Amino acid sequence: MKILLIGHGMVGHKFLEELAQLRQPGTEVTVLCEEPRAAYDRVHLSEFFAGKSADDLSLVAPGFFEDSGFTLRLNTRAVAIDRRARTVTTAGGEVLPYDKLVIATGSVPFVPPVQGNDRADCFVYRTIEDLEAMTAAGARSRSGVVVGGGLLGLECAKALRDLGLETHVVEFAPRLMAVQVDDDGGRILRGKIEELGVRVHTGRNTLEITDGARARHRMVFADGSHLEADMIVFSAGIRPQDILARQNALAVGARGGIAVDDQCRSSDPDIYAIGECAAWRDQLFGLVAPGYDMARVAARHITGQTEVAFGGADMSTKLKLMGVDVASIGDAQGRTPDSRSFRYMDECKRIYKKIVVSADGKQLLGAVLVGNADEYGTLLQMALNRIALPADPEFLILPASDGKAKPGLGVDALPDSAQICSCNNVSKGELCAAVAGGATTLGALKACTKAGATCGGCVPLVTQVMKAEMARLGMAVNNHLCEHFPYSRQELFHLIKVGGIKSFGELIARHGKGLGCDICKPTAASIFASCWNEFVLKQELASLQDSNDYFLGNIQKDGTYSVVPRMPGGEVTPDGLIAVGQVAKKYGLYTKVTGGARVDMFGARLEQLPAIWEELIAAGFESGHAYGKSLRTVKSCVGSTWCRYGVGDSVGLAVELENRYKGLRAPHKIKFGVSGCTRECAEAQGKDVGVIATEKGWNLYVCGNGGMKPRHAELLASDLDKETLVRLIDRFLMFYVRTADRLQRTSTWRDNLEGGLDYLKNVVVQDSLGLAAELEAQMAHVVATYQCEWKTAVTSPEVRKRFRTFVNDGRPDARIVFVEERGQIRPARAEERPAAMADSTTEMAV
Amino acid sequence: MTTAPSQHWTAVCSLTDILPGTGVCALVADRHIAIFRLAGDELYAIDNIDPRSGASVLSRGLVGNLGDQLVVASPLYKNHFDLRTGACLETPEHSVRSYPVRLSGDSVMVASG
Ligand code: SRM
Ligand SMILES: Cc1cc2nc3c(=O)[nH]c(=O)nc-3n(C[C@H](O)[C@H](O)[C@H](O)COP(=O)(O)OP(=O)(O)OC[C@H]3O[C@@H](n4cnc5c(N)ncnc54)[C@H](O)[C@@H]3O)c2cc1C
Ligand code: SF4
Ligand code: FES
Repeated sequence: MKILLIGHGMVGHKFLEELAQLRQPGTEVTVLCEEPRAAYDRVHLSEFFAGKSADDLSLVAPGFFEDSGFTLRLNTRAVAIDRRARTVTTAGGEVLPYDKLVIATGSVPFVPPVQGNDRADCFVYRTIEDLEAMTAAGARSRSGVVVGGGLLGLECAKALRDLGLETHVVEFAPRLMAVQVDDDGGRILRGKIEELGVRVHTGRNTLEITDGARARHRMVFADGSHLEADMIVFSAGIRPQDILARQNALAVGARGGIAVDDQCRSSDPDIYAIGECAAWRDQLFGLVAPGYDMARVAARHITGQTEVAFGGADMSTKLKLMGVDVASIGDAQGRTPDSRSFRYMDECKRIYKKIVVSADGKQLLGAVLVGNADEYGTLLQMALNRIALPADPEFLILPASDGKAKPGLGVDALPDSAQICSCNNVSKGELCAAVAGGATTLGALKACTKAGATCGGCVPLVTQVMKAEMARLGMAVNNHLCEHFPYSRQELFHLIKVGGIKSFGELIARHGKGLGCDICKPTAASIFASCWNEFVLKQELASLQDSNDYFLGNIQKDGTYSVVPRMPGGEVTPDGLIAVGQVAKKYGLYTKVTGGARVDMFGARLEQLPAIWEELIAAGFESGHAYGKSLRTVKSCVGSTWCRYGVGDSVGLAVELENRYKGLRAPHKIKFGVSGCTRECAEAQGKDVGVIATEKGWNLYVCGNGGMKPRHAELLASDLDKETLVRLIDRFLMFYVRTADRLQRTSTWRDNLEGGLDYLKNVVVQDSLGLAAELEAQMAHVVATYQCEWKTAVTSPEVRKRFRTFVNDGRPDARIVFVEERGQIRPARAEERPAAMADSTTEMAV
Repeated sequence: MTTAPSQHWTAVCSLTDILPGTGVCALVADRHIAIFRLAGDELYAIDNIDPRSGASVLSRGLVGNLGDQLVVASPLYKNHFDLRTGACLETPEHSVRSYPVRLSGDSVMVASG
C-alpha cells in the first residue's frame, strides 16, 4: 500500500510516528514537506528567540527515517490532486501515485486585508523562516507592533520585547484574549502585559499602513488615531490550509477546513485530513493535542483498525508566557443556560479567578484564571472528569488562609482513563503503569511516557500522580536524606539556617538520630558552609568532610591525591606556569591540562600535600576547589581583548566571576563559561551558568551540563549590564543551593523543578517569592568570608598534622608505586606491582 | 574485644592524635591498620587496605551507623565495612580483618597478633 502524506508539521509527524509503531509490512510511505526542514516543535517556536536552534526544536528522533524506511522530501509542495488517477502533482511537476492520501497541511496565518499589509518588514509568525526574518529585522528596528491580542499575539509581543524593541499590541476587540477570558479577566491581563513593558491598544481597527514619520510604518486606525513602528507582525488568527481540497471538490466545513468524519476521512474515503487543516463537525482545532488525536485515529484506521474514532477535543488553554499566567477551561464565558459563577479578584496583585458551575452547583463547567493559574490542572481534571464539586466550590479559587490546605482534587479521585497530559495523550493509567515499571522520577516518567514533554502545563499533576502511585505501591516516596534525618536536603537547609545550627552534634540531637553516615555528614557540612562559611577543616567540621574535602584534594585510585591550583578564567602568567612546573618537577608529579582549562598535578602522597601547597601559595596560587562540591572553573575565551569578533571582555568577566564565587559550597559542583560573542568558544551553554557577550551587554544562560547527560543551558535574561548580571547569578545560585537535592546538578534540579523555566525566571528575575534580597545577602556573606582553605590549612600546625600516612611512622606508603609512561609517572597496574614493589624498602605483609 | 593472653599489644599513638569521628592509619608489624575514634572515645580497628582497589585508604572514610552496624565508608567506592568485624556490607568477599584495640591511659593500643 502506498501512503502519501502532504505536510510534515507537528501533526503530520505524529502520524508518521504512529504509523511506524504499528509496523505494517508492505506499506510504502512518502512525505511531501513544503518547508526546508523536517517537522519541528511549533508550540515552542518562540524559544527560537531564546537561543534554541532549529535542531533543538526538531521533532524527528535521530534515525527515524532510516529505521522506518519512510521517504521524506523536503522543499516539496503538493499543488494538485487527481482523485480519479489517485496521484498528487508537486510544484516541481512530479506525479506521485497513492492508495491512501493524508493531508496535514496545517493553517496559514490570517493577514487582515488592509492597504499596505505587504510592505517590507511586515511579518507573520508561523515558521522558523518567519522568525529568522524577524530577528534580522529586529536588529535594525527600534519598535515593533503585533496585530492581534490573542494567545499567539501576546507570545509574539513578548518575543519582540525580548529582542529589545519598544513593543505594542493592537487588538480589534475591546479586550485581550477575547475568546478565552471575560471583561474583568481581560482587564487584569492587560495590566500584567503592560507590566512586561508592552503597550496595549484595544478596540483599534486598522484601516491602512503607510510610511511613518518617525518609524518605518504608520498604522492608521478607524478612530483617526495612529501608531508608528519599524516592524509589524500579523497574528490575527489562522485559517485552515484547505486549498487542495477546494480545488478538488472535497467537502469543506462551514468555517473552512477539509470536512472529515469520525475516522478523519474526507468526503473521498481514500483521502484523510488531520490537524489544523481538518474540520470535524464544522469545528476547527487550533491546538496541537486534538491534531495528535486525529493522527492516531487516521494511522490506525488506514492500517485496518476500524473501530477507532475521533471524538472532539477539549479546548482549554494555558498561556505559556513568562510572568503572566492565563488559563481558560471549558465554558469560561458562562454561556451554559442557568450556569452560575464564583469570582475572586485582587486588583493589587493583579489576580482574577472565576469558576462557572452547573445550575445545581455540582459540576464545574468552566474557569478563567489570570495572574495565577496554579489551580489549572486540578480544575481541568474536575471539569473533564465531571468530578463532583465540594460543598463550597469557592474555596477552590480563594487564596488559602491560615495555612489551611486547599481542597485538593486528590488524584486518587481520578479514573485511570483520565487524560493527564493532553499534548501527548497520556492517561493516569499509563502513568501509573510507568511508575510500576520503575519510572520514579519526573525525568524518567517524561522520558518513557512523554507526559509533560510538550507544553509542560501538566507537570504539576503528573508529579502528583507519580507520588500518589508510588505511595500506593509502597515505594519510598519520602525524600528523606538518609536513615538519620527524616528530612529532604531542602528541609534540612531550612532547619539549619533558621535554627542557627553550626555543628553536626547539635543538628542530629535536635532533628535526627544515630551517628550519621557518609550521606548526611557531607550534606550537613555543605549546608553549614553555604550558611556560615566557616573553615571546612575546623575541628567540629573536619569529621564531616568526605575524604576529598578532608584532605583538600581528589583521591585517586591508588590513594594518592591530585593538586589543582585555581587559574581564574583559565588565565595564567608565564611565571605562574613556571612555578607550577617547578613544583611538579620537584615532587615528581604527573601534569595534565584539564578539560576545565587549568593544570592538574597527580600522584601527590598525603604527607606531601602541605609542602606542595605551601610552595604554590608562595607563588601566588590558591586552592582550585577541584575536590569540593563547589565552584570549579569559569571557562573563558579570549574575547574582545584579542579576538577580532569579540564584543565583550569575556576573560575579564570570567576572572571576576570566578573570584566572586570561588569557595561557594553547593549541592554539587558548579561550572561557568563566559564567551565573548555568539560563536561561543567557551561553551558557556554547556555550563551551570553561561554568559555570552552581546552588543548590548550580557546574556545569561543557566542549567547547562556536559557530563553523563548533556543539556543545553536556557536563556534566563538578556542584554544585562554587569551589575544586574551578577545580581541575577547571586540569586540563581543561592536559590539552587537552598532547594536542590544532594548531588543534584543544576540541570537535573531544573528538570525536576515544578513550573520549569518560567517558574525559575519568576523567582530569579521577577522575585515572585520575595526572596531576592535574602538570597543576595546570603551570597554577600559567602563572598565576604572567603578564605583559601589551603592557606588556612598550611598555616595551622594542628591541621597540618593530619596530613600523614601513618600516625606512628614517618615513612611514606610503600604500596604506592609508579611506573613511567610518556616521560611521566603513572600508578603501576596490578601486574606491574610486584616488580615495582620489589624496589621499595619496606616489606609488606599483605 | 576480649583479649587473648598471647596477643601482643602495640602502643601506636595518643588518643588526642585522632580527631573524634575520624580515623588514622598505623603501621604495626608491617600491617596497615585503620583505627577509628567514635563519640565517647570508643575505638575500633580494621585493615586499612581496601580490597576492591588495593589502596591503603579505609582510615580516610567517613564513619557512622547503618541500622545497628557501626560502619566506615571507603573513600574510593563508598562500600561500607563493619567496624566491629571488618565485614563488607555490599560485597562480603571484600571483607577485611578487625583487630582488638584499647586505651591504656592516654595510649591507643592495638593487638596485631
Ligand atoms: C581532571 C578532569 C579530567 C581531565 O583530565 O581533564 C576531571 C576529572 C574528574 N572528574 Fe570530571 N574532570 C574534569 C573535567 C570535567 C568536565 C569538563 C569541564 O568542566 O568543562 C566535565 C563535563 C562538564 C560538566 O561537568 O557538566 C566533567 C564531568 C564529570 C562528571 C559528570 C558530571 C555530570 O553532571 O554528569 C563527574 C562525576 C560526578 O561529578 O559525579 C566527574 C568527576 C570527576 C572526578 C572527580 C572523578 C572522581 O571522583 O575521581 C575526576 C577526578 C579529578 C581529579 O582528581 O582532579 N566529572 N569533568 C577535569 C578537571 C577539570 C578541572 O580543572 O577542575
Ligand atoms: C508560535 C506558536 C505557538 C503555538 N503555541 C501552541 C500551544 O501552546 N499549544 C498548542 O496546542 N498549540 C500551539 N500552537 C499551534 C500548533 O503549533 C499547531 O496546532 C500545530 O502545529 C498544528 O499542526 P499541523 O501539523 O496541523 O500544522 P503545521 O505544524 O503548521 O504543519 C503543516 C505543514 O504542512 C506544510 N504544508 C502546507 N501545505 C503544503 C503543501 N501543499 N505541500 C507540502 N507541505 C505543505 C506546511 O508548510 C507545514 O510545514 C502554536 C503555534 C504557533 C505558530
Ligand atoms: S571522564 Fe571519567 S575517567 Fe575521565 S576524568 Fe572524567 S571521571 Fe575520570
Ligand atoms: S499537557 Fe502539554 S505537555 Fe502535557
